[in-house]
Amino acid sequence: MTDGTYNYAYLDEQTKRMIRRAILKAVAVPGYQVPFGGREMPLPYGWGTGGIQVTAAIIGRDDTLKVIDQGADDTTNAVSIRRFFAKVAEVATTTRTEEATVIQTRHRVPETPLSEGQILVFQVPIPEPLRMLEPRETETRTLHALSEYGVMQVSLYESIARHGRISKGYNYPVMVNGRYIMSPSPIPKFDNPKLDRSPALQLYGAGREKRIYAVPPYTPVKSLDFDDHPFEIETWEQCCELCGSKESFLDEMIVDDDGKRLFVCSDTDYCERRRTLPEAAE
Amino acid sequence: MTDLSTLGPGLADPSHDAQQLFRAILDATSHPGRIVSLPAAPAGPGMLSAAAAAYLLTLADGDTPVWLAEPFDRPEVVNFLRFHAGAPIVTQRAQATFGVVAATTPTPFDDFNLGTDAYPDRSATLIVDVPNLTGGPTRRWRGPGIDGHADVAIAGLADAFWHDWATNHALFPCGVDIVFTAGAELCALPRSIAVES
Repeated sequence: MTDGTYNYAYLDEQTKRMIRRAILKAVAVPGYQVPFGGREMPLPYGWGTGGIQVTAAIIGRDDTLKVIDQGADDTTNAVSIRRFFAKVAEVATTTRTEEATVIQTRHRVPETPLSEGQILVFQVPIPEPLRMLEPRETETRTLHALSEYGVMQVSLYESIARHGRISKGYNYPVMVNGRYIMSPSPIPKFDNPKLDRSPALQLYGAGREKRIYAVPPYTPVKSLDFDDHPFEIETWEQCCELCGSKESFLDEMIVDDDGKRLFVCSDTDYCERRRTLPEAAE
Repeated sequence: MTDLSTLGPGLADPSHDAQQLFRAILDATSHPGRIVSLPAAPAGPGMLSAAAAAYLLTLADGDTPVWLAEPFDRPEVVNFLRFHAGAPIVTQRAQATFGVVAATTPTPFDDFNLGTDAYPDRSATLIVDVPNLTGGPTRRWRGPGIDGHADVAIAGLADAFWHDWATNHALFPCGVDIVFTAGAELCALPRSIAVES
């Protein structure tokens, strides 16, 4: 108990049990969205209420928590969530990817490879990958039940017909273990290959839509594509201005009124490590 | 009137013990075939193992009906679950969120809730109390959560059990999930796992 005002990790025990049962079913059916009784959290929808509820249900005093927002540890959302759990769950926090046991993330997967035993918690705005193609929940539920995903392939085909390539750059749909199409949350498609057979457990929480889904470790996650238009990740001609990395996902920054541009790593921990430890940059 | 003087203790520190137990259960479920020990597990009532009791204390409550097979359907177990978890004990398998069975209990899985194609998450979870999680005939498990394959040797199960499991696995995404328990140890078998004989 922290200051006697809230239960440990903010949520009451019965809510945690309900979320825990949903998480176990989500792990048993990889990629399937389990409905859960989402609670009102002390921050608005869109700020990670789903991810926070998942983290609150799993976190304990032995954990070390890392929170990132678009790869950065030092943005408002990440700082707020990290301080929230440091206060209500008495956990140690870190910015180092390899030190963390639980990593809550908004829209990125860390560049540093994850290891077995780590849990990656995604904040998800729209869990239903078919929602933009079919607005009715009753219909999308049936499409998932029947594994009837032609509509998604057609939308990717139309993108190729219009633009010459699959133009989706983030929230790029994936097939989990050959059964369910899943939204990987709005991570750049650059991060999709990191989901495939990852040794870490991936949990996804959508607060507004009240869905939890999961990808267990070592589970095949395939980005959808066509034989003649294989899946490709973004590349840059530039490298990171700060650490010189050619492999990491880069953010483009406007640095002055003349429109001077700069490319830097989106993952602040990865970038900082490369700058402070020369051996990490090799 | 229930005699509370014979009631065993539940979790010593309900919030933190349940969190630790859940993480062990999550570790087991996301790594099928891995045997995890549950240090915070209290002694189980009657014939129930400590791990099975800990699983139910961690996850069962008033929202989750529990069905008990013959060796566990005794006042000491019923009172334990009613008092510590507040879980309703039901007589129909199909109503149960959690079913507690012994290795020797005949297990027609389809007597339990298998979920539906639209809502596969509504299926039951069976807690199968076995004599030992090792030392039985080795079987090869494959599926999500397993890097390649896992060789698992749960003791005390009839061949018919694994025949039924193949049927259950074929129903994916429907089907029951299983946790094997023995002593204070636990091993999970989600419906997504294929078992070779």
